Amino acid sequence: MNELILDIDDLSVIYKTDLETVKAVNGINLKIGKGKTLGLVGETGAGKTTTALSILKLLPENTGKVTSGNVKFEGTNLLEMNEHEIREIRGGQIAMVFQDPMTSLNPVMTVGDQIAEAIIMHNEGLSKGEIEKRIDEKLTMVGILPSRKTEYPHQFSGGMKQRVVIAMALACEPKLLIADEPTTALDVTIQAQVLMMIKELRNRLGTSMLMITHDLGVVAKICDDVAVMYAGEIVEAGTVHDIFLGEDHHPYTEGLFGSIPNLSSRTKRLNSIPGLMPDPTNLPEGCIFAPRCKYCMDICIRVHPNTVFDETHSLKCHLFDGKLRRDKQEGKSEKQ
Amino acid sequence: MDNVMRNSGISFKKQSQTKEIWRRFKKSKGAVIGLVMLVIILMILLFADFIAPYTAATKQNLANKLQGPSLAHLFGTDSYGRDVFARIVHGGRTSILIAILSTISSCIIGSALGAIAGYFGGKIDSIIMRSLDIFMSVPDILFTMAVVFALGANFVNLLVALTLAYFTNYVRLVRSQVLNLAELDYVEAARAGGASSARIIASHILPNAMGVIIVNTTLNVSKIILYESTLSFLGLGMPPPAPEWGLMLSEAREFMRTSPHLLFFPAMAIVLTACSVNLIGDGLRDALDPHLKS
Repeated sequence: MNELILDIDDLSVIYKTDLETVKAVNGINLKIGKGKTLGLVGETGAGKTTTALSILKLLPENTGKVTSGNVKFEGTNLLEMNEHEIREIRGGQIAMVFQDPMTSLNPVMTVGDQIAEAIIMHNEGLSKGEIEKRIDEKLTMVGILPSRKTEYPHQFSGGMKQRVVIAMALACEPKLLIADEPTTALDVTIQAQVLMMIKELRNRLGTSMLMITHDLGVVAKICDDVAVMYAGEIVEAGTVHDIFLGEDHHPYTEGLFGSIPNLSSRTKRLNSIPGLMPDPTNLPEGCIFAPRCKYCMDICIRVHPNTVFDETHSLKCHLFDGKLRRDKQEGKSEKQ
Repeated sequence: MDNVMRNSGISFKKQSQTKEIWRRFKKSKGAVIGLVMLVIILMILLFADFIAPYTAATKQNLANKLQGPSLAHLFGTDSYGRDVFARIVHGGRTSILIAILSTISSCIIGSALGAIAGYFGGKIDSIIMRSLDIFMSVPDILFTMAVVFALGANFVNLLVALTLAYFTNYVRLVRSQVLNLAELDYVEAARAGGASSARIIASHILPNAMGVIIVNTTLNVSKIILYESTLSFLGLGMPPPAPEWGLMLSEAREFMRTSPHLLFFPAMAIVLTACSVNLIGDGLRDALDPHLKS
């Protein structure tokens, strides 16, 4: 990882209402290198989308609040920008693809106009012909006939709509693309198509990407780095190699992998991690995963674990307190 | 359709949006009848001077008073001997013009306020909605009467009074629509794409609320026609001797038993106009809803 495009440092986000305070994101660190793809994995409600929204300052104004941390995009802190400055970033430098293509297109605008809007907002003074040319270009890029630009979203299928949404997001050739579960609402065959397309476009355009998903298959296929999120914390992070092939894992990551159905074994029931995610209005004092962890020790309930690092791999678990780095280093020195 | 079939699956049927709406509008018989009626009524009002001279509507001729319908006076004459047909033809002009203009002005003011209140929420919403409560706490008719009394009855003041009485409906209607629409993903997506609030309201929220607004507007036109007639019935419309449908009704009251045609024709004019506008409104509602495409 040489040059960072996005550097999230100690970000905490709360949703505050009169009745309660929800700690959605608690002091997370994320780094995305130029041209790299980071997969943010975690179950529903872990704070993945909240993280994505806070990057673009799109948290709901009345309730959502960033309590600490920095989000640096190419060295400038996005959180300190005013509304006007951040608008320049949104869609121009950082674009976002939302989860559900069915609802993320305006039903009363033609798809061409919607792509045009994204282009016009960030390129003032383009002539009509140039804009039309760009729309055609973007549609062709995502595999849609340019002649269909005068049609309305309801005339497209789900997969086609997601392609349009991606075309909109890429309309201004952003440096960073945030994809918030882009394939969750699609069926499996279309998922594969859209994923391949995203991967291909990313490679061609050199876009960095933050891929939010709860599908580990997607991560394996597309991402360079992975961060596993649980109850608003990054419990494990590393390269795809570290997470998928490494030996040391956070018990939650282990559980995640354990719950992938296996074709060859004939289990009657699907494996799952017992228990539920802790109530984010009332997080446990010690390790957030302790109530569900099968390796839970006394210290886990009392003390919040610190992050332990290897070169690229990091873990937040008492099991590895003081072990990870030493073990690895010893292992390496032995080999050398 | 044949064309599409012959060229097999790959070709797409292309139709412009207006054509599409018109096609669906035509499907509803009521809407077409309403449209034809309204066009005829508007043509009559537009060319009123060629159909019957304005003087026939205002010139008194006591020798001819209270005549029944005849060839000379199609709808008969009133208690001053004025031609009822001419009065209806000319009277509708002001009524409909006021109805249309005040609907448009209340729609624009109301939609803008409603969109702002619904989109920004919080304090702005509270301020707008609470000031609206003041307007709404006074009954419409009382409010309009008070305004007309205070300012005097003429064209502009009637317009102001009716606008003030009706814009509140739009604020509430548009606000409730915007509250729903602002939560939708494509609004969020537009914001993530760098759109400003003004742009989001103008190009994403209002167009999606347009169906409801247009339908409400057409239905409101008929309401205001009735309302304006009510006002002139109460003597708060355009000052006499200007002909007006409501005023004619009010004058006809005294002669209801002896000359029912005085009541019948202006009442029919009001009913037909309101009815045709309502029919069009219903047809538009179906035609404009993109979800009902068939």
